[in-house]
Amino acid sequence: MVSPVCSKQIGVLHKRFKQLSHNEETLRRDHFNEIDDLAFNPIRAQIIEAFFDRRNFHQNGEGKVQEIGFEEFVVVMSHFRPPSAHMTEEQRGKTRREKLRFLFNMHDTDNDGIITLEEYRHVVEELLSRSGTLEKETAKCIADAAMLEVASISVGHMEPDEFYEGITFEHFLKLLERFEIESRMIIRFLNMDTTTLCK
Amino acid sequence: MLTALIFTPVWITVRLLFNFCTMNLVFIRQAGTLLFICMILILLHGSRGEIPSKPIAATILPSVKPNDGVQTYAEDQKNNLPVFTMNYPRIQIPFEITLWVLLASFAKIGFHVYHKITIWVPESCLLISIGLIVGAIMHSVHEEPPAVLTSNVFFLYMLPLIVLESGYFMPTRPFFENIGTVFWFAVVGTLWNSIGIGISLFAICQIPAFGVQDINLQENLLFSAIISAVDPVAVLNVFEDVSVNEQLYIVVFGECLFNDAVTVVLYNMFSFVAEMPVVEPVDVFIGVARFFIVGLGGMAFGILFGFVAAFTTRFTSKVREIEPLFVFMYSYLAYLVAELFAISSIMAIITCALTMKYYVEENVSQRSCTTIRHVIKMLASISETLIFFFLGVVTITTDHEWNWGYILFTLLFAFVWRGLGILVLTQIINPFRTIPFNMKDQFGLAYGGLRGAVSFALAFTLPDTIGRKQLFVTATIAVILFTVFLQGISIRPLIEFINVRRTNRNLETINVEIHCRLMEHTMAGIEDLCGQWSRFYWKDKFMKFNNRILRKILIRDSRAESSIVALYKKLELQNAMEILDTASGDISAAPSIVSLSEEKKSSSKLQKKFLAADLRNIHDILSKNMYKIRERTVAYRGKHALPNDSQTREILIRRHATIRRSLRPRSCQSSNVPRTHKYFSLPAGKSLESRFDAARWHYTDDHETLSEVAYPSQRSRFGKPARSSSSKAMIPLHRLGTLEEVPSTDVLNEESSSTGEGVFRTNSSYSDSRVPRPRRLNSSFDDNNSSVDDLRNVHEEDGVEQVGQRQPSSPAPGWEAESRETTARNPLLRRPQWNPKKK
Repeated sequence: MVSPVCSKQIGVLHKRFKQLSHNEETLRRDHFNEIDDLAFNPIRAQIIEAFFDRRNFHQNGEGKVQEIGFEEFVVVMSHFRPPSAHMTEEQRGKTRREKLRFLFNMHDTDNDGIITLEEYRHVVEELLSRSGTLEKETAKCIADAAMLEVASISVGHMEPDEFYEGITFEHFLKLLERFEIESRMIIRFLNMDTTTLCK
Repeated sequence: MLTALIFTPVWITVRLLFNFCTMNLVFIRQAGTLLFICMILILLHGSRGEIPSKPIAATILPSVKPNDGVQTYAEDQKNNLPVFTMNYPRIQIPFEITLWVLLASFAKIGFHVYHKITIWVPESCLLISIGLIVGAIMHSVHEEPPAVLTSNVFFLYMLPLIVLESGYFMPTRPFFENIGTVFWFAVVGTLWNSIGIGISLFAICQIPAFGVQDINLQENLLFSAIISAVDPVAVLNVFEDVSVNEQLYIVVFGECLFNDAVTVVLYNMFSFVAEMPVVEPVDVFIGVARFFIVGLGGMAFGILFGFVAAFTTRFTSKVREIEPLFVFMYSYLAYLVAELFAISSIMAIITCALTMKYYVEENVSQRSCTTIRHVIKMLASISETLIFFFLGVVTITTDHEWNWGYILFTLLFAFVWRGLGILVLTQIINPFRTIPFNMKDQFGLAYGGLRGAVSFALAFTLPDTIGRKQLFVTATIAVILFTVFLQGISIRPLIEFINVRRTNRNLETINVEIHCRLMEHTMAGIEDLCGQWSRFYWKDKFMKFNNRILRKILIRDSRAESSIVALYKKLELQNAMEILDTASGDISAAPSIVSLSEEKKSSSKLQKKFLAADLRNIHDILSKNMYKIRERTVAYRGKHALPNDSQTREILIRRHATIRRSLRPRSCQSSNVPRTHKYFSLPAGKSLESRFDAARWHYTDDHETLSEVAYPSQRSRFGKPARSSSSKAMIPLHRLGTLEEVPSTDVLNEESSSTGEGVFRTNSSYSDSRVPRPRRLNSSFDDNNSSVDDLRNVHEEDGVEQVGQRQPSSPAPGWEAESRETTARNPLLRRPQWNPKKK
């Protein structure tokens, strides 16, 4: 079922896991915060949060956890595996959806199924926080403009009294319909099949 | 000799004319008529008699001119002062070159008169056809084209132009993402083809029936190196049109670029080897070593000159006029120096262009940037057009050595080895690729292997010492014609038929940009987490190095800029440019010497006027980022089309429409506001639909009908021809005839009259740009300005929520109320008054 390459990669990951957790069984947020390379990543907080988000564990859970085991670690990582060459259209669509869901969850911090303007602004602010020359104001404006763009794409024609409250997942799908996430959200050396492995 | 022969008839005419003129003034009128006829004759003869190349080329040509003709004749007529003289030989060569270039350019214009032709038949086919026709005419009157296309002319003047263009307009991001595959196919693929075809042909030569036993292995290899150079201009255009996936596109693009370099190296090597009587094994080893030295050396020179060029442009802010020159001179210098040391000059010029582009475009002014792009495009286009044209002419006029066996087998092998090569090489490279090539992609790669200008020029410039040169030229022409016509025409239907993986054209929406960046950061973060380094890691590291060191040294105003901000600002700036655009034609057409000097003046004035330093900075950033971001995101481009910015325009238009729509519901909560006011200025125009899927534009019909009713004048305005050369679908924001400028009170106008040149600002709360613009204000300026205001309102009102709290003061457009407020805040932003009753 599992090819040697995959188990080898799992092994590599496990080593890394142990390294990060200082040989403990679980990883906590401060372990992540210790990673030097990550320190300069503008969206570090979001990335780390994604690992502690139950929604990303394939278990229909909700909310946050305080620490994760190796299994969860690998499951979250598995969002980044490349689509295999012989997948059906349906599977491909499913993978795409999963990847987008991961992204959506990163934005939707309060898990109400809607990315509100505040949430979106936060994302953009974080994203721009490292560029130094910018004030928060700019980020805000960009987020606003982006939000309006979303409204135009997803709702199209708005009635006079309508108010666009936020991006739902459906709108999110539509919004990034032409964004090739399958070819972007990929890490090459992680093409293991965790669902068969970690069940 | 030849030229003299051709020009005898011309000469007779000239003499006759000369005679007439000098003898009697009465004849002047007749002479005028004669002059006209004579000109036509010259043109006819000229175009037959001389094959042009780049103008400079003329100077090195051994010019055979009956130079003394006029002088001697004049002495005969010593008695009276000549009233009218002509000295054709003096201008002959540049004159004829000009005519040839013009003829080729007319042909290009002609193809686009009926644009559907170029969709189905590639331009290169058409050019060759025209060349064939001209060749046929020449043949029928027994003229022969003089051999102007010498090795030197081609390698020193024509090739660098073509390559510079490819290098400069290389889509950087996809290229670096696929750099391994590109080099794999370009280097190994070309070697594979040359050696495969060469050896197979050598085997064929052993068969006595074909009668080509005298061709030895070296010559076969030389020939196969020549026909290994793929040049899929036509294919790239097709790929671009059907928007195949980015990976396929960039691999074909990069392959064609770099295999020119490989081919030329191989060509030089083999043509050296072909003259050696015996090839020792050690020569092969030396050849391989030389191959690497040549390639890597070229790269090193390119990078060196690229950085020097970037560094130079750091100091050109005071001499804007000559900025573009540095790009050309340095890249040409890189080419020449590489030639001097006999290393790959193509490699040098490509890397030079790639290296300098990023930095130079930030340093130079926007106008210089446009100029650079235009000139590069233009020169490359001319160069290539002439080669194809000449190919057609030569096909008819030279004596061919037709050998069925050899030529047919060449065709067969060229086709088979290409296919086989792609198949095998892809199997090897696929495991290393993030997104492997599937069979359809491989078909596209293999079938897209057209041969073109470079092959022809290489064959044509073969040294005469090669015994079967004519056969090689014939076979090369056969391969080119076969691939360009057959494959070039059939590839579009085939690609569409097998349904190759398509990609989205980079829709430059802010959301996509945001998510692009988000994705990159996420990937870098996850890689850090896993402790593994790959592309994102190295990209990250390079960006850091770039920001910390390179940019500081090479760029005058070095501040890193997030691409999202850049995109956003670009959209804003483009809105501003739109105004410029409608006022003075194409953006790119606007700059001239006048505007260059105007810019200087205006900028100094502006600095006095707006002391706020940040405004100035933002303006600087804006003008620089305009091109940078476009460069980064536009992946597709035609070989001979300038990067197209129409899409961003449309998005901008859409976006403003959006803002208007989303604003209005809340700013006009009272329902008695007429509904039509929502559609204040529309992105109308049905051609937009053709570019965007219907789903997004489902409200367009709504727009259309509404606006038809409300603004009957709209239609007539649509009748204006779109003036953009770059796009079919670009719709200028036409004003709907509902806005009237009120000149007396318009602060903007006062502003412009006081400063002498128009000053306006794209305004939004954070990105203020001041772009000097011509004084002529088109009516559509109002429209644009208001849309920007609109946007600004959004921001100033802190997003969308609070807007609703403002109520329009009257049932007549909530719009006016807003605009007043805006105007009050900033006198510069005053918009023309809303006057719905007018018209």
